[in-house]
Order: sequence, then C-alpha cells, then structure tokens
Amino acid sequence: MKVLVAVKRVVDYNVKVRPKSDGTDVDLNNVKMAINPFCEIAVEEAVRLKEKGVATEIIAVSIGPKVAQEQIRTALALGADRGILVETEEDVQPLGIAKVLKAVVDKEQPQLVIMGKQAIDGDNNQTGQMLAALTGMAQGTFASEVAVDGDSVAVTREIDGGLQTVKLALPAVVTTDLRLNEPRYASLPNIMKAKKKPLDTLTPDELGIDVTPRVKTLKVEPPAERQAGIKVADVAELVEKLKNEAKVI
Amino acid sequence: MSILVIAEHDNASINGATLNTVSAAKAIGGDIAVLVAGEGCGAAAEAAAKIDGVSKVLVADNAAYGHQLAENVALLVAELGKDYGYILAPATTNGKNTLPRAAALLDVAQISEIISVESADTFKRPIYAGNVIATVQSSDAIKVITVRATAFDAAAAEGGSAAVEAVASAHDAGKSSFEKEELAKSDRPDLTAADIVVSGGRGMQNGDNFSMLYSLADKLGAAVGASRAAVDAGFVPNDMQVGQTGKIVAPGLYIAVGISGAIQHLAGMKDSKVIVAINKDEDAPIFQVADYGLVADLFDALPELESAI
Repeated sequence: MKVLVAVKRVVDYNVKVRPKSDGTDVDLNNVKMAINPFCEIAVEEAVRLKEKGVATEIIAVSIGPKVAQEQIRTALALGADRGILVETEEDVQPLGIAKVLKAVVDKEQPQLVIMGKQAIDGDNNQTGQMLAALTGMAQGTFASEVAVDGDSVAVTREIDGGLQTVKLALPAVVTTDLRLNEPRYASLPNIMKAKKKPLDTLTPDELGIDVTPRVKTLKVEPPAERQAGIKVADVAELVEKLKNEAKVI
Repeated sequence: MSILVIAEHDNASINGATLNTVSAAKAIGGDIAVLVAGEGCGAAAEAAAKIDGVSKVLVADNAAYGHQLAENVALLVAELGKDYGYILAPATTNGKNTLPRAAALLDVAQISEIISVESADTFKRPIYAGNVIATVQSSDAIKVITVRATAFDAAAAEGGSAAVEAVASAHDAGKSSFEKEELAKSDRPDLTAADIVVSGGRGMQNGDNFSMLYSLADKLGAAVGASRAAVDAGFVPNDMQVGQTGKIVAPGLYIAVGISGAIQHLAGMKDSKVIVAINKDEDAPIFQVADYGLVADLFDALPELESAI
C-alpha cells in the first residue's frame, strides 16, 4: 500500500526563538532549520511499515519555500521513495495546508497518511484532523502504536487519562505522538542515495488551492518573565517558607 | 453573538476544563450554549445546566457519540455550530482531536489554545513551545477556538439553571470504532486539576524511585507529574508528562524534583503560583523560575521533606 507522509520545515527544536524587537514576527534570521520532530517520527513509522512489507511506496510531501527541499531530502534519506514539494512563499496556515494535502491525496490515492500531531513552531495541532475531515477519512491522532490489518488500522492513542485504541477503516490519517518510535539516523550512503530520488515540485495554484490566511498575526511578544526567587539552605527552611510565607501547605 | 461550548465529560459528570472554557466564553460575551454529546450522558447534561452563565444545554445522547469518536462528533458539532458565532472547546485531547475536524467541515480556521480574549475577534496564544505569545485576529464568520484551561478561572459549577434540550441528530460516519481504553487508575487528584503537583525528572534515575514522589504526594494530597526526559527514559507513562508536548498545569504549588527545567517543561508549568525546585545542579535553569530553590541531592532531600510536613 501507498503511504503519504507530510513533513514540515521548522526551526530546530534546540533553538530558543525570540520575537523581533518590533514585535511583527519571530526572528528567524540565521537560525538552524530542521524537519519537525513529530514529522520525523511519521517518516520513521512509514519506513518501518515498508520494512514489514505493509507499505510498498512512501511519498514525502512538504508545503513551503524552495529550501523545504532539504527536509524532503532528509525524509528520502530516512527511507521515503520520492518527494513532492508544493512550493509557496506564503505562510500557509493549517486549513490551507490541509487543502493542499487533500489535492495531493486525490492525485496519489494513498491508503495511509502519516503526519506529526503538531509542528513545534505554530503548535496548532490541527492539520491532520483537518485533512481527515476534507477527505472524509477516519483519523487516529496522537498515535503511540499503529497496526495495519488488512483494510483497517488499529491506532493506540495518547489521551488525557491514558491510552485509547480505535479501529479505523482505510484509507485513514494517523498523527504521531512522541512515543510512537525513535527515528533512526540517516546513514551517509542513504543521504547520497536520497539526492538521486525523484522530487516533483508543484504550486498551490497548479493544484487550484487558495491558501490565503484566515488568521492574521497582529503582534508577537515574549511571555511574561517569571522572577527567580530565593535559594533556601535546607529542607527545614523550605518547609518553613512554604508554611509561613507562601502559605501553600 | 452566540457561543457554543463543547463540554468535556465522562457521561456522568462534567470535566473541570469545561468550566474554564465557559469562562473564556464569558470573556468573549454572548449567549452561551453547552453541547453535551455522549451516550447515557443525562447526568452530565444536568450538571452542565447548573454552570453559572450557561443559558442552554444541548444533549446529543447516542451510541455514536459514546466514545467521543472524532469522525462522528465533528459532524454533530459542524451541524449545530453553523448557527453560532463561536465554537469553543477545552484544549484537552478530546477537544484537540475533534474541533479541528469540525472547523475544516465548516471551512473555517481554528485558533488553538488561547490564553486570553483581547476582543471579539482577537486572542492571545502561545507559539514556539510558549517562548512567544502571538496576538491573532480571525476573519472567519464562525470562530472555532480551543481554550487552555489553566489560563482562565473556572466558572461556578453551581448557580445556573439552563434549559436542557435534546438534539436528535445521530451522526455515525461508519469509519471508526472504539476498541479499548487503558486509563491509569489512581486515587491521587487529576494532574490538571490538582492544587499541588510533585514532578520528577531525569534526576530520579529510574521508575522505581518515583515511589518517593508518590509517598510525598500522598502526604500533600498532590498529583504526580514528570518531565519529558523522565517519560522518554521510560521511568513513567506519557500521561504523566508536564510540558508543551504533555499536560499544561498551573497548581498553587509545583514541586520540581530532579528536573533541569528545559524550555519545553517550563512551558507546561510556569504559570503555577508557587514553584519549588530541588536539584543538585545549582546552575539548572529551573532555579530561574523557582520561588524557592533547594540545591541538594534529591535522595537526601525527599525523605527529609516528607517527614517534615
């Protein structure tokens, strides 16, 4: 079966992002960019499905600027077979991304779409659910286990109180949570091989999708800073402060 | 403008996050209706009717909604929601699962995890793991919003007397079914609702050592949480994770034990009223947000703390 994996180019998770001084946007000048960690887990899961003989072809798709090719190449180095970049300089929001992905799904007809539960830049946690809605597919969000069985997939989901397992008819959308797997590192030979794998480029216009943002960012600012308090000498002083100063125990 | 709040509930009672979401709805202003979709959820609907500020409760009691399957509930929310100016849900795993699906069915954007209402169309929300707060404005006719519960006070659970109205619509998309649920059983309070939270990090060294936190928590009537590092190391299950990728908590007292204070953890707990950090590394970033820091070996400090309170 064909598996489609969506990958997003985001700021590397180790970078501490700051707003620009004029508050119009975050400062992304000269910061390291990487594949979104949850998307990397999605790629790994697809590759494991291929290794098990469940998936036959893995297509990695990204929507973003030309340089997002780097993240598709990363996915190809991890084991995806071919890539599609839907190139746009616009800051496409989740609903727009979901519409573009739907157009790609219509074209490629995958049985399973695997994507990250959220991107670590916008922290929206929406796109997978929206794609599932637009395509009429079932959704297995926040997955910690994925088991394909014939024409259905059992997805174990991380929910507030523990775990929930749902059975979904294929085709379906799965979004990954942290514990689904631990992504491998791409080997040098695989990085070299990835450079030769096919990568098609499309535009939202060619797909007939309007990606105009619905939500406008008026300003960005740092969160209210918390003042550091005091260091206590020992447990006795700590308990005394909690009882008599903070009055919380 | 009228507001539809999607209740988080277990069919028998209303989850506390629903009360915070009602407060967010009050901050927007308008007639507030609450949707209780479930199976055998009459008691939850009765409880919703008592929430202060709610004018109407819609009850959709049907087997299709029993396990909150997003494929079914989103169809219901989209059908009912088109008559409202706002659709709000708490940013619980249920809300996060269902609401974006309903938004896409309505062809509108969603604004995730708002922490304040600035005006009828403008909201604040954290991005980049809470390192940046964005002020965003929606141009959609129906504003679909998830609410970070810890950022809003809870509405009073008693005092209201809303009319309860049954909704006949039964949407079964027929694409998904519930198999099983494994819920952590605990006599301790729920992590997101507890007044005191005791959390452990990588410094706990292994899962067995968490028993020290459990016994301290039991003495304090506290919930127990963990950092992502402790979860990734396999010490404890993921539903205990506090942080940007786990639960967001804001208790009266947060005790961080053996937690260095990575950005992603701070994002989940820095709105706590009083923060205590116990760590043997005096340069650990957690001390920069702690009201009371104790530089000590946690294996000495924890037993001492437990016997001192």
